[in-house]
Amino acid sequence: MKKELTCIICPMGCRLEADCETTENGALAIRSVTGNTCPRGERYARAELSYPERTVTSTVVLQGGRYRRLPVITSAPIPKDRIFDVMEEIRAVSVCAPVKIHDIIIENVCGLGVNIIASRSL
Amino acid sequence: MNTCDLVIIGGGSAGMAAAIGAYKSGIRDILILERDAEPGGILLQCIHNGFGLHTFGEELTGPSYAERFTGQINELGIRCVTGALVLHLRADKTLDYISPQTGYRQVKARAVILAMGCRERPRGAIGIPGTRPAGIWTAGTAQRYLNLDGIMPGRRVFILGSGDIGLIMARRMTLEGAQVLGVAELMPYSNGLQRNIKQCLEDFDIPLFLSHTVTDIRGQERLREIVLSRVDENRRPIPGTERSFAVDTLLLSVGLVPENYLSEEAGIVLHPRTRGPLVDEALQTTVPGIFACGNVLHVHDLVDFVSAEGTQAGESAARYLTDGFADSRSILAAPADRTIGYVLPQTVHPDRLDKPVEFKFRVADAYRNVTLQVLKDGQVYKEIRKRVLLPAEMEKLTLKKDDLLDVKQELAFRIAAGHIDAS
Repeated sequence: MKKELTCIICPMGCRLEADCETTENGALAIRSVTGNTCPRGERYARAELSYPERTVTSTVVLQGGRYRRLPVITSAPIPKDRIFDVMEEIRAVSVCAPVKIHDIIIENVCGLGVNIIASRSL
Repeated sequence: MNTCDLVIIGGGSAGMAAAIGAYKSGIRDILILERDAEPGGILLQCIHNGFGLHTFGEELTGPSYAERFTGQINELGIRCVTGALVLHLRADKTLDYISPQTGYRQVKARAVILAMGCRERPRGAIGIPGTRPAGIWTAGTAQRYLNLDGIMPGRRVFILGSGDIGLIMARRMTLEGAQVLGVAELMPYSNGLQRNIKQCLEDFDIPLFLSHTVTDIRGQERLREIVLSRVDENRRPIPGTERSFAVDTLLLSVGLVPENYLSEEAGIVLHPRTRGPLVDEALQTTVPGIFACGNVLHVHDLVDFVSAEGTQAGESAARYLTDGFADSRSILAAPADRTIGYVLPQTVHPDRLDKPVEFKFRVADAYRNVTLQVLKDGQVYKEIRKRVLLPAEMEKLTLKKDDLLDVKQELAFRIAAGHIDAS
């Protein structure tokens, strides 16, 4: 089967086509990638089709700071299909100022081995 | 009246970089006037990541990127008055400002750097018909409410304009539990980065309506529904294509305009296309000793380029304050035809260059597999093959002093179809 995707690595925005098949154990095997104009496009397509990940940024409630929200970010990309689970944990948190940039706000969010950290000092 | 070597109006990404650039070039008497409660500018509400790839070689969030600069401002001991609104700027470089900590002040500067940034175009600028209910915001206003104040602007959202701020807000509102019914774009292509279309819309199955616009707004107290229409090639709504969306919120991401009312008061000449000051290669405006950088000069796509321009303005102002600029002939830099939107700087002094000139320009339309031509006094001098050129992406071209010395009047840029072999 053919899968189409847009490369997001650089402004070229190459239209990629991956030739894939589903193996016996249900995993996706990628036979070839076309449409890319550099090797990064192929790497992106393979990662995106087998294990898509995203960095998530949001805010948590802040008490006693200049603003009522503190910006936070995942310390590493998380699986794309867990974004809303991570958001649910982020929404439940409230912290008190002062906070330093890179302070851990949630440890091991959703058991993913990734922390939610402050993205500024406040 | 107080005096100051260098006053910088605006403590956002451009102003902070300018201050640091001037300091590192030996200027110590620097004053930053920042309107908001702290320096950082719009970066503080841009909590998504992707900033700093050029400047720091890593992807940072807006607040993290700002903190790198505020940290340096503090370390160097550069003065920054916050809550400071500049009321007047005159051609003699006197300024009036007010702030809670200083009251009304006048200051006479020896040099000024304009770093006031830009503003979003509001509903009135695009003239959408309909009622005037609550629930209509520019995307940046909604971003500030949500990311700094924790106020959710609405639950069922439509977004007009596919610039990056609109795309980023589509994702942000979705993550916070709102339903984003769609993003409409007047043009047949998006003005946002491809990666934002993918990560902000496609990841969340938010439809993008190209060649569409909002043609009616309905609701009394609060927005109730919007009407979306398809537009023809002349961007006029096509009757019979109307469809309505029941939403309580409409976010507008329909362009940014440099904020130049102070520049105009000082008699600085603005460029009709960039809507920022005309500048030379030192980023000096038409008023000697007043420099401009960042989004007040021309709207940028990447903050990294704003910072670089700020640094350059700071270094130039330092040179103006220490050595001054010798009188020298100048040439023009401009589009050769309508394929190019604008070129910056608009004037160059070839004889006094001490480093190469980085020309920045935007194309007027989307082009694929074309040739960028540089003309000296009407003669093609240089040709560069370009695979993709988009109006949403600023292009750069660096020319050396030797490239510019023999230009008599004008250096011009244009896009030619197909490739012509350059000698």
